[in-house]
Amino acid sequence: MSEQKQQHVSPNQQAWRRFKKNRPAVLGAWFLALLLLAIAVWPLLLKISGAAFAQTHDPDQLSDAQFAPPSAQHWFGTDLHGRDVFSRVLFGAQISLLVGVVGAGVSLVIGVLWGAVAGYVGGRTDSFLMRIVDVLYSLPSIIFVIVLLTTFGDLLKQSHYVENSPAVAGRLRVMLLFVGLGAVSWLTMARIVRGQVLSLRSRAFVEASRTLGVGTPRILFRHIIPNIFGVAITYVALTMPAIILYESFLSYLGLGVQPPMASWGTLIAEGVGQINPIRIYWWLIVFPGGVLVTTLLALNFLGDGLRDAWDVKGK
Amino acid sequence: MYFARRILFAIPLLLVISALAFFLLRIAPGSPFDSERKPASPEIERNIKAKYHFDEPVWKQYGRYLGDLLHGDFGVSLKYRNHTVNDIIAQALPVSMTLGGLAFAFAMGVGLPLGFFTAARRGDWPDYAGSFFAVLAVCIPSFVVAPALILICAIKLKWLPVALWETPWHMILPAIALGSFFVGQVARILREGMLSATQSEFVTAARAKGMGETPLLLKHAFRIAVLPVVSSAGPMLADLLTGSFVVENIFQIPGVGIFFINSMENYDYTMTVGLALLYAILIIGLNLVVDFAYTLLDPRIKYE
Repeated sequence: MSEQKQQHVSPNQQAWRRFKKNRPAVLGAWFLALLLLAIAVWPLLLKISGAAFAQTHDPDQLSDAQFAPPSAQHWFGTDLHGRDVFSRVLFGAQISLLVGVVGAGVSLVIGVLWGAVAGYVGGRTDSFLMRIVDVLYSLPSIIFVIVLLTTFGDLLKQSHYVENSPAVAGRLRVMLLFVGLGAVSWLTMARIVRGQVLSLRSRAFVEASRTLGVGTPRILFRHIIPNIFGVAITYVALTMPAIILYESFLSYLGLGVQPPMASWGTLIAEGVGQINPIRIYWWLIVFPGGVLVTTLLALNFLGDGLRDAWDVKGK
Repeated sequence: MYFARRILFAIPLLLVISALAFFLLRIAPGSPFDSERKPASPEIERNIKAKYHFDEPVWKQYGRYLGDLLHGDFGVSLKYRNHTVNDIIAQALPVSMTLGGLAFAFAMGVGLPLGFFTAARRGDWPDYAGSFFAVLAVCIPSFVVAPALILICAIKLKWLPVALWETPWHMILPAIALGSFFVGQVARILREGMLSATQSEFVTAARAKGMGETPLLLKHAFRIAVLPVVSSAGPMLADLLTGSFVVENIFQIPGVGIFFINSMENYDYTMTVGLALLYAILIIGLNLVVDFAYTLLDPRIKYE
């Protein structure tokens, strides 16, 4: 982080100014805001509007209008069961975005604590903790998530808590997915945070508190962690697309979100399942895929913009 | 010395991975023997279980598994009972390796020139277009690229076969679908490396001596900038291996990924553990190769 003191402008304000000049990043932020708004408003709209509108756009409502191409009534067309694809994409977005947010949150907590402890304590603890990160980096973590999901997913199915309520089982499985993906996505965060903490540790204000007899946990939480906020936010923005991608990957393979719940991954999988040489239902792939790709693009631009604004050096 | 230690360190690591996979799978309810039709009688069921040593305590089964593993024996598949896991690996691994190798070649073959080109034209519209293409490649998952390729190249234009794995023509679309993500990644890493390299002092010095811009980029900047690409190749290869799950699934390619995903659904314990170990061995091995290549490329690096 640069330490030039311009009068009355804090580093955060400088970063914010740089960010606002980055057009792709601002565009990405706007797109995400609109998407969130749509996700929030759409279910309300279905409730308020007339029964007919709600009926045709209910994401779970089966109808005879199978494989209808996009039209004024069904903007994204309909699927095998005559369900409105637009509505399904918006409801699927809830899970896809939530997994990104929660997963990135989990990775933030683990990564910041791990990196901060390694960087601050230093010495043998540091080399031990970072060696673990190196090892985990070179392992196929997604395979571990798959095994974990299968095991605990099946355990959930059988346990008597959820025996009589499949909805709860589905929700618990999604929670498992969230935590599992977050738990394998914190490595880069830990490395970056450690590097930042190493440089913060030797700064005058930290040394001052240490000479005043402030304990290690207090220094970590009062001085170090608040100062790596910008870096952490940047990497959260860059971790989110990766986790959303992982979730759609697993759901595509049928290992993630289970029907009747849907995410972008399961929607695309359904579309791919309908590929045949005779009739092409392009809207089943183009719309869910298009929204997924645009969201990932927006998140990437946003993350890159934040990184440039805070002038964070990558790995 | 350093690499010998790394290889030694891999052994306990593989032990931990095998134990984790082995015991985690056994916690799950359901077993490979009740997924199909019920055996005719309890005696038969007991005999089957005895044959595969499922009547013993789990830790004993694990010990037996490790013993077999020492002889290079991954055990018998519990689903395809006439096949050993070794058979299936021997059959499927060459397919997956070919697919992965082709995708890797595609990623490097397109990604490196793209990264070089965007860096050479930095700040100009070819840079913006190329860089946007690179980000796009990173954001389009293989299960969107693959159906798009199938719909356009195979079904509409009828240029290439839709699926299966027979002739080299069958390999083109899967390799592109699997590799496109890494094209973007390689291009972005190389571009960033080239830009920081062109700001370093030795490049300024060479420029001051009157070296042309193109030889400058080729001889000086590229040689430095390719190093981060090499060091990210390890994790990239890991992603390539797991990424093939989806691509093999879409194109109906009989590779390791298909067997791995199916084994999870069939409670085929030996297959799951065996293939998870195979992936771990491959990835640890490839990482070693990558790090070794790095020391050859960059003589400044000496591992202790």
